[in-house]
Amino acid sequence: MTIKAKPERKPLISLQNIQKHYGEYHALRGINLEIGEGEFFSLLGPSGCGKTTLLRTIAGFEDIDSGSVMLAGKDMMGVPANKRPTNMVFQSYAIFPHLTVAENVAFGLRKSPMSKAEKAEAAEAALNMVGLSGYGTRAAHALSGGQRQRVALARALVLKPKVLLLDEPLSALDRKMREQMQVELIKLQREVGITFILVTHDQEEALVMSDRIAVMFEGEIAQCDDPEVLYRCPKTKRVADFIGVMNFLPATCRNEGGKKIVNIVGLGETEITEEQCPEGFPEGAATVGFRPETLTILYDTQTPTHREAPAMIEEVVYYGDMTYYDVKFDGVDTPVRLSMRNLFGRDVLEVGTRARISWSPGALVVFG
Amino acid sequence: MMTTGEKLRRFFRTDQGVGLLLVSPTALYALLLLAVPLIAIVVISFLTQTGVRDFAPGLSLVNYKEALSDPLYRELMLRSLMVSGSVTVVTVLLAFPIAYFVSFGVKPEQKSLWIFLITIPFWTSYLIRVFLWKVILGYNGVLNSGLKLVGIIDEPLTFILYNVNAVIITLAHAYAPFAILPIFVALEKIDRSYLEASRDLGESRTMTFLRVTLPLAAPGVVAAVLIVFIPTIGDYVTPKLVGGPGGTMIANMIQTQFLRLNNAPLGATLAVLAMLIVAVIAIVFLIVGYRAAGGGKKGGRG
Repeated sequence: MTIKAKPERKPLISLQNIQKHYGEYHALRGINLEIGEGEFFSLLGPSGCGKTTLLRTIAGFEDIDSGSVMLAGKDMMGVPANKRPTNMVFQSYAIFPHLTVAENVAFGLRKSPMSKAEKAEAAEAALNMVGLSGYGTRAAHALSGGQRQRVALARALVLKPKVLLLDEPLSALDRKMREQMQVELIKLQREVGITFILVTHDQEEALVMSDRIAVMFEGEIAQCDDPEVLYRCPKTKRVADFIGVMNFLPATCRNEGGKKIVNIVGLGETEITEEQCPEGFPEGAATVGFRPETLTILYDTQTPTHREAPAMIEEVVYYGDMTYYDVKFDGVDTPVRLSMRNLFGRDVLEVGTRARISWSPGALVVFG
Repeated sequence: MMTTGEKLRRFFRTDQGVGLLLVSPTALYALLLLAVPLIAIVVISFLTQTGVRDFAPGLSLVNYKEALSDPLYRELMLRSLMVSGSVTVVTVLLAFPIAYFVSFGVKPEQKSLWIFLITIPFWTSYLIRVFLWKVILGYNGVLNSGLKLVGIIDEPLTFILYNVNAVIITLAHAYAPFAILPIFVALEKIDRSYLEASRDLGESRTMTFLRVTLPLAAPGVVAAVLIVFIPTIGDYVTPKLVGGPGGTMIANMIQTQFLRLNNAPLGATLAVLAMLIVAVIAIVFLIVGYRAAGGGKKGGRG
């Protein structure tokens, strides 16, 4: 079953049943995926899940065993990387060390019918777009990591590709630079309107930047959805665990005259809806997942908005704007993580303190 | 107050002192066996020999006048340049594809085996390798009898031994590994993502080679050229053994001046002039090669 592009977007890339082996290793196990025009699409997964292989397949750097890659309606079978309407930003940036910044950016323009002056203008315009105007005469080795990344972007975008492929482009940058580049990339993508396909192992990065995310495990797409849907309604326990922090508690489920009842260890019984069971309602033993921010510590006289359970604070991790608490509900051995905004005038609680925790039945996800 | 001994002991415990201690045996060796003879040669070149062990008093430029005006020396020098130039071109042109193949076509775990195999000719002495070429290229040698056997020729080929061609063939073979290794190292250092980036930016394999691989391998090629060119111009054994009268080079004349004609000052003069010419050519080539590799733009190897 193919994962379709969103109805409002014209499909630009269509991958049909892509299979790829490296010797005995099955790297891609039947990828069926459509990516739309102008979409910011992310391939997210742990290392070795096949996300980079899939990106390189689209770029034309990998020979696949079977399946087809369609790009803008054309079958890419046998079309080498240099003849594809895709350009790539490499993880190492691959800025040619023997050329200046401007020569790097204009590298792909050799065969263009533009005049020499027009090429130089196009290169300068591309540099301007990534915030590096005036850097053209610089030597490639005199650039910082962030600047190399921008040159790599300019070098790819100057060719006006139909698809820009980004292979972990931010992984080599420090945290501040990375967060800044994330926002810049989103803006840039909106500006040029080209389809971006980003490979990343950083779920936060994928959530921040993408229109849609495909989570991959072992050469297969486990789930492909909007960031919000992916975060709120992960389809499997593994996806739930990979995206953000998810707490899991054992539970038992039973059907009581059409009502779906789940009995969670330490929290008690509650009714849930069909939508909260992505794998179907499991009768009997189940696992319940919930995000840290759906739990709240109740201070003093606060009344719970939903349900309440007593717990002991096991660990406190202070982040400045937030505090993470690992708490143990009475009668449960596994600690559960919850996050609290550090509002003004509210003290951070200490380890060993007893607390009342508010939880919301509507925020639960039940897995079989 | 520290005694001098105490001061010395302290000095030799510092990084600088330890470094000095480590390089001093080699430095002394180099000084005695390279710098001193070199200075001696330069000094001798300004003397005038009057007898077997006698020199005229005072320094003069008379040898330089003779060396620069006699057409024989000029011809020998030009021939040496031509021979080592040809050897360099042939060797580097043949070495590049081999280095390229080992770097790009051989599995990573087999590369050191290939490099090891390439250095096998070094297991045989240089002299024996030169003699081998005599056997191969000779009048009744392997090549001639082989070609006669299959009927390609009726008469043995005579243009392959005891002339300049034989010198070029022999030297090119002897120096091949010296050319392969620096080119291989330069190719190995090229990040393979540069090649993919070039392909991704629309260039074919050939253009990628010309625009990315070759410029990035240039430092290795420059090194290979110098490593082959500099020693071959002064080669003495090969022209002596396979060169015949027409293949004599400048080093043979220097030897003749020193040992046969008993004119050490003129021999020394020829040696100094040969060194100067090689130095100038090498420096010019280094600068050109550096420019070609984009060195001027990046101001150093990034």
